[in-house]
Amino acid sequence: MNIFVFVKKVPDTESKIRIDHEAKCIIEEGLSFVINPYDEIAIEEALRLKEAGEATVTAFSLGSDESIPILKKALAMGADEAVLLKEDLAESYDGLRTARIFVQALKTKYSDYNLLLFGKQSVGADNSQVPSMVAELLGLPQVNVVTKLEIDGNTGSAYREIEGAVEKVSFSLPAIISAQKGLNEPRYETLKGIMAAKRKDIPVVEVQELGFDGDELTSQLELIKMESPPPREAGKVIEEDPDVAAKKIVEYLREEAKAL
Amino acid sequence: MFLVFLEIRDGKIKKSSLEALSEAKRRADEMSMDVAAAIAGHNIEALAGEAFCYGASKVFVLENTLLSHYSPSGFAFALKSLIDEVNPTVILFSATAMGKDLAPRLAASLGVSLATDCIKMTANGGKLEVVRPIYAGKAFATFSFKSSPQMVSLRPNVFPLIDPLDTQGETVKKDVVLAEDNVRDQVVELLKAEGVALDVTEAEIVVSGGRGMKGPENFDLLRDLTSILPHSAVGASRSAVDAGWIDHQHQVGQTGKTVSPNIYLAFGVSGAIQHLAGMSSSKVIVAVNKDPEAPIFRVADFGVIGDLFQVIPPLKEELKKLLAE
Repeated sequence: MNIFVFVKKVPDTESKIRIDHEAKCIIEEGLSFVINPYDEIAIEEALRLKEAGEATVTAFSLGSDESIPILKKALAMGADEAVLLKEDLAESYDGLRTARIFVQALKTKYSDYNLLLFGKQSVGADNSQVPSMVAELLGLPQVNVVTKLEIDGNTGSAYREIEGAVEKVSFSLPAIISAQKGLNEPRYETLKGIMAAKRKDIPVVEVQELGFDGDELTSQLELIKMESPPPREAGKVIEEDPDVAAKKIVEYLREEAKAL
Repeated sequence: MFLVFLEIRDGKIKKSSLEALSEAKRRADEMSMDVAAAIAGHNIEALAGEAFCYGASKVFVLENTLLSHYSPSGFAFALKSLIDEVNPTVILFSATAMGKDLAPRLAASLGVSLATDCIKMTANGGKLEVVRPIYAGKAFATFSFKSSPQMVSLRPNVFPLIDPLDTQGETVKKDVVLAEDNVRDQVVELLKAEGVALDVTEAEIVVSGGRGMKGPENFDLLRDLTSILPHSAVGASRSAVDAGWIDHQHQVGQTGKTVSPNIYLAFGVSGAIQHLAGMSSSKVIVAVNKDPEAPIFRVADFGVIGDLFQVIPPLKEELKKLLAE
């Protein structure tokens, strides 16, 4: 079985995000970048499927050379191969554009796959779009936000989280699955894995050379502005006996906030 | 025309879908456009009435037995055939679990871009501008669309419902031509999550616990509060979830859920930046924490420095009293 996992470089979730208003982008200087946490779960799932049977795991990332450490991380965890789909552009926040690039790479260069794994969203663009879009463009079944996955030969079942319930979905391979927290607990890379990943070659595919027509790669979303969220004013803080504090909370909610 | 997809759950149109419909009505009035809604399923025509109350003048009923259980491929196929026929200017979804699953599949089939989980929508001439939180709300980005139709999903619990109208509209039934092959990822079983009545994203009041809860058993204190507070749900910080005290579906924050309830009650939540990102758009925030330096106090409208284990019992009694009035 051939499993492809799509991974993205994102700012660490503990980072404070600063904005360059002129350039309408986030200021990357001083940020530390990590593999998108949901993508890490997707890699772990691929590795578990590999360990349970026979599979080759290949990680793909779209981005500049700065995404190579993310691919090395995937290799160090245990992925067999990694490929960089290279492009030196700023984040477009347009999921369709990203999906088209993945689909073009799959159609023209990497057409041998059984399972395509993603994170349910990147913690950054927060789009939750690319897995579904790739599924549609390739005409494949999709199950997003998956917390349990069972593959049996050419078919599978996935459990997906919705509001207050879980949906069980059956599908046949090839299929698109996106991972949610709870699917597994990603492993730490081993020293041996890190050393092996260091030596491993990562092929680079230039996005420009994937054979796109002129404007197919133009983002269809126009970014008008980017700003910080309106700051929240700190309110009143009290330190009183528990009984009094409890009364004051309820009073505040009812009288001042008029929320109860 | 604005076309709003309405999600049906347990035989009813979801409230967040009616919120999207209400917002469509407000914007469409400004832009002098009509509002239509689409529902998909089997024997669901009777639900159209509610859509008229919330602003639709026309409801398209996409009918096929294969649509009686959700599948993203089948629903996207059915909606695309409707859209090709009626050619809307704007397509709206609520950014629910289904909306986030279905809208991008439909967008790709139409070859248009999509703005997910928007919190504001304005009409600028004939075009929409939408604001969406990115980096879990650490930044807000404003977008317009170069592709048409303009496709948007709206965050639940953000857009107010309009006052129900006393009008009827036109129901247009469409028998969708759908082959088994168009339905490739159908839900075969719905399992209710244990003990979860309402999802944190849908709750009007979220009662959240953090590391200060000290252990899994103490989350019963919060469940107690949600049992007396209407439309409430239990939330949790990442550290509580990572410690295994409570299931991840309760997690609020950057690797959990983004919530915007009317009231967010935070007990023993320190307020790590990734947590604040997920709840700062709550309308009112109340925090109880022992540590006066806890960052949660920087965003709380009302803070209590104190021991949550001592504050919760009298708080429960006070709330009971109030709600009994």
